[in-house]
Amino acid sequence: MTPVLQVTNIRKQFGGLTAVDGVSFSVNEGEILGIIGPNGSGKSTLFNCVLGQYQPTEGEVRVDGQLVTGLRPCDLNRLGVSRTFQLLQVFPQLSVRDNLILAGQEHKGTMGTRLFGARDAGLTADANRMIEFFRLSHVADEKAGGLSYGQQKLLDAAMAFMAGPRLVLLDEPAGGVNLTMLGHLRERLQAINAEQNATFVVIEHNMEFVMALCDRIIVLAEGKVIAEGTPDAIRSNPEVIEAYLGH
Amino acid sequence: MMDFLTSRAFKGTVFVLLVIGLIVLPFFLRPFGLLLVAMWMVHAVAALGLNLTLGYAGQISMAQGAFVGIGAYCTGLMTLAGVPYPIAFLCSGVLCFAIGWVLGYPALRVQHHYLAFVTLAFSTLVFLVMRNEEWLTNGIYGLTDIPRPVLLGWNTGKAQDFYFFTLLMTSILAFCVWWIISSPWGRAFVALRENPVRALSLGVDTRRYTLMAFAMGSSIGGFAGALYAPLVQFFEPNSFSLTLSLKLLLMVIVGGAGTFFGPFIGAATEVLLPEWLRIAQGYYLIIYAMLVMVLMMFCPTGIIGLGERVIAHLRQKKISSERSAQAQAMGADTADKKEGAGQ
Repeated sequence: MTPVLQVTNIRKQFGGLTAVDGVSFSVNEGEILGIIGPNGSGKSTLFNCVLGQYQPTEGEVRVDGQLVTGLRPCDLNRLGVSRTFQLLQVFPQLSVRDNLILAGQEHKGTMGTRLFGARDAGLTADANRMIEFFRLSHVADEKAGGLSYGQQKLLDAAMAFMAGPRLVLLDEPAGGVNLTMLGHLRERLQAINAEQNATFVVIEHNMEFVMALCDRIIVLAEGKVIAEGTPDAIRSNPEVIEAYLGH
Repeated sequence: MMDFLTSRAFKGTVFVLLVIGLIVLPFFLRPFGLLLVAMWMVHAVAALGLNLTLGYAGQISMAQGAFVGIGAYCTGLMTLAGVPYPIAFLCSGVLCFAIGWVLGYPALRVQHHYLAFVTLAFSTLVFLVMRNEEWLTNGIYGLTDIPRPVLLGWNTGKAQDFYFFTLLMTSILAFCVWWIISSPWGRAFVALRENPVRALSLGVDTRRYTLMAFAMGSSIGGFAGALYAPLVQFFEPNSFSLTLSLKLLLMVIVGGAGTFFGPFIGAATEVLLPEWLRIAQGYYLIIYAMLVMVLMMFCPTGIIGLGERVIAHLRQKKISSERSAQAQAMGADTADKKEGAGQ
């Protein structure tokens, strides 16, 4: 079976600094892969190389077997690859519903049909379903900028799923979220994974969250993969403990 | 009530009432008044175009005056050469669309004040062409006796007729702008303004939308110029100097960037307000400048933004009073129950 995402020997250099150094991994359909590592280990740079924000110095990225290295993020998104960012990224002046419609509208029709067709691109029902799924119904018509941090985080995640992507890369989804909201977010992600067989790659610092959510974890340190395995295997791996705690 | 004030139905009602008011208005105005209100409409159209580029898509442009000039010269030269007005009008829009598209390319590389300087340089370039290329533009002497159109037997030569023609064209162009901003394109423009990186990750082709925002805004500026030429029937390069671009920028900001009615209100403060404040004579500009400073300090979202803040405040007040009434009712209910239990 072809993996949904296959990353082969990705290297990214910024001048003399090698941020990512020959990283390879693959993700199968329906799998939740976690990527962990200390600050500065190259996790976000790796994400940005996979998602077309950065052009990798070396290596290739394939989605469903198709070579996508260097594709623009918008083209990659239309191929079914979605993401969230480390810092909260919603559109504060748009309502919750419009944020979600926006997240799906570019997958419908052409520029012409988007100008002359339905005002909501036929996505209101889908947006409402997503709003209900992420339990944001009571704020559906509020401007996103007026929501609490946790609600914005949920909206941010919901936007990534709006277009029914094949693969979602979540960059620190638990960052800055309180414990109650964290449990809610994890439960929603697990529900999507179970219901839609959705495939995720998650970067996370919150060990409890990532261990409970992921099927498999890879650990980065200084731009290289130092360990790979199930959450239990990673928890007891001496190299991982050393990377996090030092000598 | 508060919800109605921010609803689309309310905005549509305001637009229809505005048009009806403008249809009735000429019967109470002298020719100068008609010219002034028509001038307001032309400036509002130019500001609507800039609002699309700046207010919605977030791309600063200091060249809107130049596009009004290109549109005016295109229509003026073509109609003076005997080309029918509708063709000249369309050519003005198409020409500005093409030039605006090209001007959009720097916006793919630079943003904010750097982009402002790119567009400012373009504005100066257009002004120099208008002033120095006498073979094309008649240089500092400008264009005179620009004819007013005769459309399907309707001669718009008289002030009132041309006023109605301007109103008709303004309504059509305003409807087109409303259509764009309320379509998925409008949503994509706002996303481009608020967070282009996130927009790109959601499949929004920010490059294409940036170019479109520039091209469409410029095109509407060109249409405004095509209306301006037969309205004033005489103009010269100074009519479209950098001052006009700055005025249009001020109209958008003061009225409320990123709102549909903002440019209409902004244009009114620039075109109509000076006439109403004639009583203040030379102090007008001082008063206006102070009002702008106060507005920008306390409400950078412009006059429309100020109105929205008032509505939001009133809505919050209403919600608070409803909640306290509910809390009081619940408190009284609990007290009654306790009293009942005591007995």
